[in-house]
Amino acid sequence: MESTRAETGASERPGVSASAGLPKALPAVDKRDPSATKQEAIFSLTGVQVAYGGIPAVEDVTFDLVKNEITAFIGPSGCGKSTLLRCLNRMNDLIPSASVSGKVLYHDQDLYAPDIDPVQVRKRIGMVFQKPNPFPKSIYENIAFGPRVLGMKGDMDEIVETALRKGALWDEVKDRLKTNAFGMSGGQQQRLCIARALATDPDVLLMDEPCSALDPISTGRIEDLMLELREEVSIVIVTHNMQQAARVSDMTAFFMVELDEGEKHRTGRMVEYDQTEQIFTNPSNSQTEEYVTGKVG
Amino acid sequence: MAVAETEITRKVVERASSGARTKDLLFRASLLLCLFVAVLFLGVLIVDVAIDGVPLITPDFLTNFPSRLFPEDSGIRPALIGTLYLMLLCAAFIVPIGVAAAVYLEEYADPNRWYNRLIEVNIQNLASVPSVVYGILGLAFIVRGPIDIWGLGEGSPTLLAGALTLGLLVLPVVIIVSREAIRAVPPSIREGSLALGATKWQTIWKMVLPGSVAGIATGVILALSRAIGETAPLILVGAIAFRLTDPTIDGQFSALPIAIFQAAGEPRPEFQILAAGAIVVLLAVLLLMNSVAIFLRNRYEQKW
Repeated sequence: MESTRAETGASERPGVSASAGLPKALPAVDKRDPSATKQEAIFSLTGVQVAYGGIPAVEDVTFDLVKNEITAFIGPSGCGKSTLLRCLNRMNDLIPSASVSGKVLYHDQDLYAPDIDPVQVRKRIGMVFQKPNPFPKSIYENIAFGPRVLGMKGDMDEIVETALRKGALWDEVKDRLKTNAFGMSGGQQQRLCIARALATDPDVLLMDEPCSALDPISTGRIEDLMLELREEVSIVIVTHNMQQAARVSDMTAFFMVELDEGEKHRTGRMVEYDQTEQIFTNPSNSQTEEYVTGKVG
Repeated sequence: MAVAETEITRKVVERASSGARTKDLLFRASLLLCLFVAVLFLGVLIVDVAIDGVPLITPDFLTNFPSRLFPEDSGIRPALIGTLYLMLLCAAFIVPIGVAAAVYLEEYADPNRWYNRLIEVNIQNLASVPSVVYGILGLAFIVRGPIDIWGLGEGSPTLLAGALTLGLLVLPVVIIVSREAIRAVPPSIREGSLALGATKWQTIWKMVLPGSVAGIATGVILALSRAIGETAPLILVGAIAFRLTDPTIDGQFSALPIAIFQAAGEPRPEFQILAAGAIVVLLAVLLLMNSVAIFLRNRYEQKW
């Protein structure tokens, strides 16, 4: 699989050309060079299983997520892709019955080691949710909340402006920063949530179906935004929309749900993980092919 | 016969039978009657009290001390001040404890643990315990308890003891209402805050409590408006009606319900009527508090 990646890596993908016009220069190192890729693994999962009340929701997940790339998790409902995403910043800790086994390494550090504080994990790994969840405060306060609780130093006005610019929202809201965020449109709210997550300068951005509640135009804006942001954060996105995965992601992981006849519960499994183009044009697994061509799902 | 049958079958929508209509009308009429009975008695009560009481409400009535000799000079000053003190002290007692208990039960307690379930069931039950029982509790454990031990009232009942007793009485209500207000803050807000790296404490303090403050404030005021009319516990902890000095926190005290109770028991009719005046004052204070609660709810309630 590694060799395949190296060969096809230089091929044109829509995402790359969209971000080529950015002022920030692309890194000199070709990220698709296998040796470089190995060094830049941001998450390294080994035999990860997440269970709710002892019943596994997703199991046996082993793969590396690459730094400064967009990784998409696709698959049918109930395949555990959101569950897996939420274990990358320990949001599953909020569900008392959830338990994670296996190894989740973040920059070679075990996220589930006993001495790791989930709060510290979430400071580095931001998250954007399915439904926009702005706080019932002003636009300004929404952005400033994260930097404040983290005790970030510096000019707060500047931090807010930078974050809103990163969220491609500054021009739309700069004259009404003090108004309540609930007055924004759904798409603006979701970009506010992205900007809010970026304000604390995270290393990774986890996005759990961020466009499922949005119209196509808002969705397009968020996709453009993701391609721009890839230069500074690694993005992991869960999506039901296969076109979206194809449009924005560099790597795609396909999950499938398996019905356990004996115990009558459904468990998700990762079927295939490869470069997005490979997954959509020439998948090695027949289940993946059936799903991406729309035969099942 | 055959013709009639075809006519019926041709009808697309059948007309309602007169029997069904009559039933419907009867049902509506009986509902209206029940409403009328409830409103009528309340109206009669208020009008009756107002006719007797409103003419009594003069500045003198509010600011004079009670008198056993001249009904026209008799006032409710100590009772009114006592009630205001009781409410303030009671609020100072129930707000921090009630909100803290609610935060624990909603945000920290694991509902699967037996002791948390036990606490929950007990709070629900405590909210419906008769107030006279709280009076006994206050007498045994507050008046003859810490107040006595600290020598605050030098063995006699004090306003502080009354306020604490009323506080215990309405604490379950405050906890239940606060829990509902906290629960109304959607989980997505907590998730959003935690995902930014905020601690649980920061999330509760900066997101959950501000989001539920209107509900909590409304609940506290409604709890206080229950406490303000309670008579039995105050009698048991030793409130007195006839006082000729202003109440102090560590001294004996009076309260509006006590003044009403005492006046209503007077043998002389010219003193009995003073109860109506005190009732009007009590109802006015109550109405004011409920208006504040409604205002707070409408003005600050968070729509999610």
